Amino acid sequence: MNNSEQTILSARGIGKTVKSGSSDLVILREIELSVTAGEAVAIVGASGSGKSTLLAILAGLDTPSTGTVAVDGADLFALDEDARAELRGRAVGFVFQSFQLLPSLTALENVMLPLELRKNPEAEEKAREILGRVGLADRLGHYPKHLSGGEQQRVALARAFAVRPKLLFADEPTGSLDAEAGAGVIDLVFELNRSFGTTLVMVTHDEHLAHSCGRVVRLVAGRIAA
Amino acid sequence: MNQSLKMLLRDWRAGELRVLAMALVVAVASITSVAFFADRVGRALVRDAHQLLGADLVLVSDHPWQAGIAEEIARRGLEHARATTFISMAIAGENSVLAGVKAVSANYPLRGRLRIAPAVNAPDAPAQAGPAPGTVWIEERLVTALAVPVGSKLKLGAASFEVAAILTLEPERGANFFNIAPRLFMNVADVPATGLVQTGSRVWYYLYAAGAREPVAALESWAKGRMERGQRVDNLESGRPEVRGAIERAQRFLGLTALLAAILAGVAIALGTRRFVERHLDSCAVMRCLGATQARLLSLFGVEFLLLGIFSCAAGTLAGFAAQFFIAEILGGLLRADLPAPSMLPALQGFLVGLVLLFGFALPPLVQLKNVPAVRVIRRESGAPKGGTVATYMAGVAALSGLLIWQAGDVRLGVTVVGGFGAAVAVFAAAAWVVLRLAASGAVARRLGARSIALRYGLANLRRHARGNAVQVASLALGLTAVLLLTFTRNDLVDAWRRSAPPDAPNRFLLGVQPDQLAEVKAFFARRNIAVPDLNPMVRGRLTSVNGRKVSDSDFADERARRLVEREFNLSFSDSPPAHNTLSEGKWFAPGAREISVEEGIAKTLGWKMGDELSFAVGGESFAARITSMRKLRWDSMKVNFFVIGPPGLVGRFPASYISAFRLRAGDEPLMNELTARFPNLTVVDVGAAVKQAQGVIDQVIAAVQVVFMFALGAGLLVLYSALVATEDERRREAAVMRVYGASRAQVTGSQRVEFLSMGLLAGLLATAGAAAIGQLLARRVFELDLPPSPELWIAGPLAGLLLLSLNAWLSARKVLSASPALTLRDSV
Repeated sequence: MNNSEQTILSARGIGKTVKSGSSDLVILREIELSVTAGEAVAIVGASGSGKSTLLAILAGLDTPSTGTVAVDGADLFALDEDARAELRGRAVGFVFQSFQLLPSLTALENVMLPLELRKNPEAEEKAREILGRVGLADRLGHYPKHLSGGEQQRVALARAFAVRPKLLFADEPTGSLDAEAGAGVIDLVFELNRSFGTTLVMVTHDEHLAHSCGRVVRLVAGRIAA
Repeated sequence: MNQSLKMLLRDWRAGELRVLAMALVVAVASITSVAFFADRVGRALVRDAHQLLGADLVLVSDHPWQAGIAEEIARRGLEHARATTFISMAIAGENSVLAGVKAVSANYPLRGRLRIAPAVNAPDAPAQAGPAPGTVWIEERLVTALAVPVGSKLKLGAASFEVAAILTLEPERGANFFNIAPRLFMNVADVPATGLVQTGSRVWYYLYAAGAREPVAALESWAKGRMERGQRVDNLESGRPEVRGAIERAQRFLGLTALLAAILAGVAIALGTRRFVERHLDSCAVMRCLGATQARLLSLFGVEFLLLGIFSCAAGTLAGFAAQFFIAEILGGLLRADLPAPSMLPALQGFLVGLVLLFGFALPPLVQLKNVPAVRVIRRESGAPKGGTVATYMAGVAALSGLLIWQAGDVRLGVTVVGGFGAAVAVFAAAAWVVLRLAASGAVARRLGARSIALRYGLANLRRHARGNAVQVASLALGLTAVLLLTFTRNDLVDAWRRSAPPDAPNRFLLGVQPDQLAEVKAFFARRNIAVPDLNPMVRGRLTSVNGRKVSDSDFADERARRLVEREFNLSFSDSPPAHNTLSEGKWFAPGAREISVEEGIAKTLGWKMGDELSFAVGGESFAARITSMRKLRWDSMKVNFFVIGPPGLVGRFPASYISAFRLRAGDEPLMNELTARFPNLTVVDVGAAVKQAQGVIDQVIAAVQVVFMFALGAGLLVLYSALVATEDERRREAAVMRVYGASRAQVTGSQRVEFLSMGLLAGLLATAGAAAIGQLLARRVFELDLPPSPELWIAGPLAGLLLLSLNAWLSARKVLSASPALTLRDSV
């Protein structure tokens, strides 16, 4: 797949303020960010710097107090929540620190889920194929609780890539894993990223991992550090 | 649909739906088995009650039937039989006794069977046909009085008959206690030969019809249009107040049981769905992330639940259908009746009830699922479901209320039960919350807490979870209330009901005692060690006008009303209301006032109101009086009852005879012959057979109700279970955390035990109070019974709460301790 130099994600003047008792707590202020298709961007920062909130806003999971976000040319917050959900289903994939696999579904069914939600008739076939690519061909019928942390995150990766997203958001994808399993998962993320031509936006506090990405955006107290 | 079916199968496989499905299956099974069984029992009761009429429809006339009526019954394809009754002296040698003669066609009765024995004290059996021409069947009293054993002869008028059998049971007996002399059955073909039926004779002519419901109903309306003065049509409704009373009670009891099952099912479903929703919040957030719209989520879960509902209702209906066959089999002997095949209506009913319950109680929490924000995948605390507010469940409550009233077929019963449970839930939750907060934060708790960690954590948990625990205690108390209502209170109610028609109910009516015989008759009883019966004065009077307006039977459309005004009333007088009557309105009159007290049923039938002035003609005189009180009375009590009672000063100046109902001990029967020999003008009516019949109907009803209660009991236990598993996940997680930080097994189980036992005791106490209060309310308002307080209930209720939650604490501790804390915690991430 050939990605031109087009912007797939852009955030303009993002601010987020929440009420904390009687005073306002500013979490994000005046964030400007532009991500080109095929790029891999790491968002780093200390705990409480607002990186997870920024990720949630960029992905359309949360709403900003000010500013706009455009994903694949669509103004996210001009859309209603359902339209955002549709956009996510079409163009966005997620990987979370806590995996977020559905405990009542097998590995295969977890991967099939986004395809089934899009009524893809080849859901099972595609899910099997991608689970094979993440090395879990022999774990298809296993439930999440019978898989190791690394295996669960690989199922989550397979689920994220199953719909060939243009944009993948990863929130501390190795945060729940030991070093070895974490490294395995990261290798896989980059491999799939390259292979599918996906744009990657990853939140992490692992400097080493951040520097594997093409660009590092550092958040300090809710602002992008120069 | 396809995706929802997959979700259903996956959730089922994961065990997410089992509790919910089980609740639904049990609910629908109990509702349908109740409905199927009630349907069959109800139809059997109606059918068997027809035996007491001897037919499905009886046409009665005080003069010979005009041409064409009997032929019309035959023309409509109905079975028909004839009877003629009159009073006559039966004579054998020196002896003569007034007998109530009933001359019947060979196929009488069309419903039920006469029972006869070949000799006095020999075992009896159903008679296959009526007496053959030339023979009579007589009651034992006639055998004794006339000294005519089977095989001997007696004379009736101009004809002589052979005594062929002893009559032991006449189903129709009791229809009118007041004209039954010892019964003598003969063949109707022999009547002309006796020469007893002549102009001026007091003779009643009966035509009986039986057959399918529609032609019988058609005949009834046809016949009603052709009745002359002195003729009437009796059906079950118009003919037998005491039987109707029993059936109405039966339907109320069955209706009540169905109500409880429905309420409990609703609660179990609400609890089950809430747990389902809590366990699916994360899944929904993930699905939102993966692009599912709110509408899509709602339709996915809606269809999943619809499918679950259809499968569970089908399973429940099948189970209910099977169960009712099983019950019918077990009860076959007890019910002493072949139950008619069940109709399919209850299946449909159960199915609809199940779906309405499911969606009424599942939809509000399910709707919360669609509102789960996608950001929950990152911030888990986002989008926790709102507490189960009353408003959320309004749809369910409204649906359930509708169902209840439909099931009960009685608005008052429905409202009483809904109101009782609604109030109980509110009171339970509020009381539990207050008690839990107080108990856990009081000085006592602090002192206790200093002694052991288990105690401290247990009490801390009570306080920390006060709201959640209050909901759980309320649910538990609700389930337990139902269980207690169905066990202790039910027994108390049934006992109270039995007592109201006790096995020592009067079995004899004594009629025609003259005022100058009162002292002698009382002395007769006293000398023979029989409790001296109350003798009630009776004055026969005809209603002539109401509020000055002349009364005629043509004023009334209602058949029973016309019959009542056509005949003479049995009036009575007394200074005080009869002990077995209750005043439902007004005040008892002062002696000598121009006031009367009337029975509320007849007042309703004849349109009498408080303050109306009624005029009666007694002999050549008349009197008028205002209605100043209404009485409620129990027709199945087998006691002497009067529609109209006036003050002695007003009604007592007319010629009266005295009437009594009393119980004659077995073996004392010869004393009655002695009594009638001593006072030839007295008539002693043996109502033993009628009492036996009524008691039989009541016993049958009680048996049915008890079986039906078992299902509601099952539903109650399910609510208990649902309430307990509702918080299981959270407790497991907390226990795992305690274990991780080094709590010993004893400490973990100890703290859970403290929490559970406190909740169990509280739920038990609340449930006991609830069951006692609802029982009292039901007894007084609906069943009109006195329910004494039950000490057993107050011991068993709290104990049951303690035991149930001890068991739960034990099981829960086992689960928590058998899984590794790491696994439990990882599951819950």
